[in-house]
Amino acid sequence: MSLTKKTVLSRRGFLRALGLGGLSVLAPAAVQARAKGSEHELATLLDLSRCVGCGACVAACRQGNAPKFPEPVKPFPAMVPARSKPEDWSEKREVDDRLTPYNWLFIQTAEVDWKGERVTVHIPRRCLHCVNPPCANLCPWGAAGKQDNGIVRINDQVCLGGAKCRDVCPWKIPQRQTGVGLYLKLLPRFGGNGVMYKCDRCHELVAQGEQPRCVTACPFGVQSIGPRPEMIERARALARDMDGYIYGLEENGGTNTFYVSPVPFDLLDAALAQAQAKGPGRPHLGTVADSMADESNLAWATLLAPLAGVAAGTLGLIAGSNKDKEDGHGE
Amino acid sequence: MANRPAPWISRLYLGTVAALALTGMAQMPIFKRYYIADIPGLGWLADYYLTNKLHYGLAALLLALCGFALARWLLDWRRRWRLTALGRTRVLFLAGLACTGGLRVLKNRPDWSFDPFTVMLVDWTHLGFAVLLGLAALAAVVAGRSAFARPRG
Repeated sequence: MSLTKKTVLSRRGFLRALGLGGLSVLAPAAVQARAKGSEHELATLLDLSRCVGCGACVAACRQGNAPKFPEPVKPFPAMVPARSKPEDWSEKREVDDRLTPYNWLFIQTAEVDWKGERVTVHIPRRCLHCVNPPCANLCPWGAAGKQDNGIVRINDQVCLGGAKCRDVCPWKIPQRQTGVGLYLKLLPRFGGNGVMYKCDRCHELVAQGEQPRCVTACPFGVQSIGPRPEMIERARALARDMDGYIYGLEENGGTNTFYVSPVPFDLLDAALAQAQAKGPGRPHLGTVADSMADESNLAWATLLAPLAGVAAGTLGLIAGSNKDKEDGHGE
Repeated sequence: MANRPAPWISRLYLGTVAALALTGMAQMPIFKRYYIADIPGLGWLADYYLTNKLHYGLAALLLALCGFALARWLLDWRRRWRLTALGRTRVLFLAGLACTGGLRVLKNRPDWSFDPFTVMLVDWTHLGFAVLLGLAALAAVVAGRSAFARPRG
């Protein structure tokens, strides 16, 4: 396995990027645009009826992605103001029962009564790779982005660790490690607080046509990955066959992770709450409205506004000119 | 003749741009960190979704103003007014902000996707134009030439 070489952002690179950004505005053809949620995006399907919670996926993720894990510089810069607290998981790397910068996948277990039986459901949890991800849309620094193949990634060379991505994520997935990243080279005491980490769907493997580690490591074939439309069909067929339920297809306007369970997800979510298995680093399974729906509608306002302004300016002038003529001032 | 073609546009422009600067800065996680959102009445500055929607709405208002001023300039004002050097500079920066902002708006829609590097460049360029516009406005105020245009002849 070969990981892609990390590139370090220099001041020269920063300035060059600014210049290129201006050029990209002047040359729209250079901007690669493609509809989100298209057949080019890969989605994963998780058949929860097969998962026994063995943790093979978690182990494979931790081992395979270890070269990407942060190695923070200590002591951390003293933060100003003091309300900004460092988040340090480097001494707790072994934690695997929640999401951390060193654990991008963990397994939740819910026990529920369903159809007269006590049912245990294990749920591998990680980033769902939203179709229209608010983390990537709202990152003010462009550090979080969505690739053509549907993978939502955080660029650890650019991220300043402000944790906005975690705040706007409906599941609070990204996790912060202080003492690492670009902020150390800028104003480490006054801005930024490290780097945010989350599942990157083993992007370097997927780029070579391979599958993510959690998919291949599973001895029970819980996960599969493929083009989004195909995986939607398979998820629906699987749900029909097991008289089950799907999570991730509609949530947050659609994600590229589909969980199929024999038990309704609201029951699983309630069971997680009862077991106190939800909270920081332990995402919920509740319903999620489209976070970016209002922005999608407001986009029309920004498109139509200049046209309305031109129309108002032109018509107002014509009306004023006509009024002058009627008043006898236009001659 | 007044010292501006339409003083009400200048006032509305100033208020809109100031509010855009505030809601734009609110996209960075600084207002909560620096206790500004703790000031009574300013808690909304720490709500990323709310400030983002406000930013969209204010951008629409600014674009409408720009469209109005452009139409009036081409049809009427340019015969009697001419842009100052600092006015031309700020128009250029505003155009840059509008273009990069427009790309960001497109990128945030579910039916458009740009590659992450392009998104990063657009984000940084938008931020850069905002800083440049602020510096140009500051220079104009310090020089006592804040009007975009002055009467011809």
